Amino acid sequence: MAKGDNIIRLVNMGKTFHTSSGDVVALDDINLDIKEGSVQGIIGLSGAGKSTLVRCINYLEVPTSGKVIFEGKSLGDLSDKEVRKARRNMGMIFQQFNLLDQRNLLDNVTFPLEIAGTDRKKSRERALELLRLVGLEDRVKNYPAQLSGGQKQRVAIARALATNPKVLLCDEATSALDPKTTAQILDLLKKINKEMDVTVIVITHQMSVIEAICDSVAIIDHSHIAESGPVSEVFNNPKSEIGKRLILGDGNADYVRPVVFGEADNRRIRIVFDGHSAHQPIISDMVLSCKVPVNILFANTKEVEGRAVGQMVVELSDNPDEAEKIVHYLRTNAIKFEEVN
Amino acid sequence: MDASSISMYLKETWSTIYMTLISSAISYIIGIPLGVILVVTDKDGIAPCNPVHTVLGVIINIFRSIPFLILLVMVLPLTKLIVGTTLGPKAIIPPLIIASAPYIGRMVESSLKEVSAGVIEAAKSMGASNWQIITKVLIPEAKPSLLVGAAICITTILSYSAMAGFVGGGGLGAIALNYGYYRYQTDIMMIAVVVLVVLVQIIQEFWMQLSRSTDKRVRN
Repeated sequence: MAKGDNIIRLVNMGKTFHTSSGDVVALDDINLDIKEGSVQGIIGLSGAGKSTLVRCINYLEVPTSGKVIFEGKSLGDLSDKEVRKARRNMGMIFQQFNLLDQRNLLDNVTFPLEIAGTDRKKSRERALELLRLVGLEDRVKNYPAQLSGGQKQRVAIARALATNPKVLLCDEATSALDPKTTAQILDLLKKINKEMDVTVIVITHQMSVIEAICDSVAIIDHSHIAESGPVSEVFNNPKSEIGKRLILGDGNADYVRPVVFGEADNRRIRIVFDGHSAHQPIISDMVLSCKVPVNILFANTKEVEGRAVGQMVVELSDNPDEAEKIVHYLRTNAIKFEEVN
Repeated sequence: MDASSISMYLKETWSTIYMTLISSAISYIIGIPLGVILVVTDKDGIAPCNPVHTVLGVIINIFRSIPFLILLVMVLPLTKLIVGTTLGPKAIIPPLIIASAPYIGRMVESSLKEVSAGVIEAAKSMGASNWQIITKVLIPEAKPSLLVGAAICITTILSYSAMAGFVGGGGLGAIALNYGYYRYQTDIMMIAVVVLVVLVQIIQEFWMQLSRSTDKRVRN
């Protein structure tokens, strides 16, 4: 399979849980193609169904409708034994690390190889190599209880890579870590993606994680994919309600609406700065050239795929002519914007 | 205390240890699979099977609710069939096993349930089979708790074995019964009781220490 082909395809996939209090639809009509060698982000608020989605990819949860196609084969057509074998091509890491407490680091990393029936000596060599990769080669005889959260996640990553998987599934892998450790783990994931050509699938509720390492993103809301596409595209121009909320509110469940000054029914627009426009004084130029004031309600800049990207919500004058002047200016200067309410 | 008393204590102490160890070993051979089946077939287990889980649970509860002394008498025909006699330390072993194996099954079940669902899920994500999950994850990860359980189970079996005296099974319990109860020789009974207390202490401490020293979750 060549780089750029779809390594995983989710086709009309759905999952309904039958519980004593009735059926619960966790996922409905999910369609998503994940390219080999990419970093795919899946973001959503708690309870949106993203954890179920990642578990459907490796069949820890069996979808109740639709298909999961991995390397051209539908997992639903495979026997239990073949599914277990397919899972060895998909490593997985978790929010709570899930290391084996009674085994030392070396034995934790050899564990998947032991399950696969790999020769003991080869397993140890592979494990040492991976522990070196994650920077824990001097701790091989330690036990998980002796490590910090970030170190545990490094061991979990080494363990997930032991069987040379093509895909690494990360279920909220940084959610239990502090910001600094999160950044280190994300760097490591990026490195693994680049150097080992492992397709990485990141499940998170933090927009910052998506911005830091993902190429593409799918936004999950109420069991559906609200929108998906390249990160820069979705970020610059989110179409769905949830997308706007996540991007404007930086992933916080309680997005604080910008404080409204003046008349509440004044026109408000969101201006998006992509990599180029971020370096120009757009707002100053606009105000100077139109000679009309605007009221800045919200602004931030972030780094997406290594480029500075920003956005600003401004309130326009209550005079319709003055407001139209600004809109006209933005249009003629090809600056991305949209009206928000 | 004269030489014959000492030799009596030694002989019966050995009988008690013998009954306890053999019964514990065989009970564990039966009890571990029982506990594993209970956990595995539970609705949150790795191979949920409600009929098996429920039926096994009911059988275990029935055996656990029969008082040991009554069970001892009830299974006398079976004992005769298995070990060929209803007298002596050997005769106490079959009822001890029948009483303890279900008890151990429950202890093993509760220990295995302490293993986090996340760790089991991680093993599944690596392609582990159910058998591999049982032998490489459930049991090794639950080991410290299983050892604590063993301390409790073995001391319980020891105290059950003291009832062997009622069916001529020998052991320290028989001394206490025969001398203390039937002949009012309280001093002889007290010595037997003290020896039992010491045995319980030794067993309890040994297994707890083993559990502590092999638990890798403790930072040493």
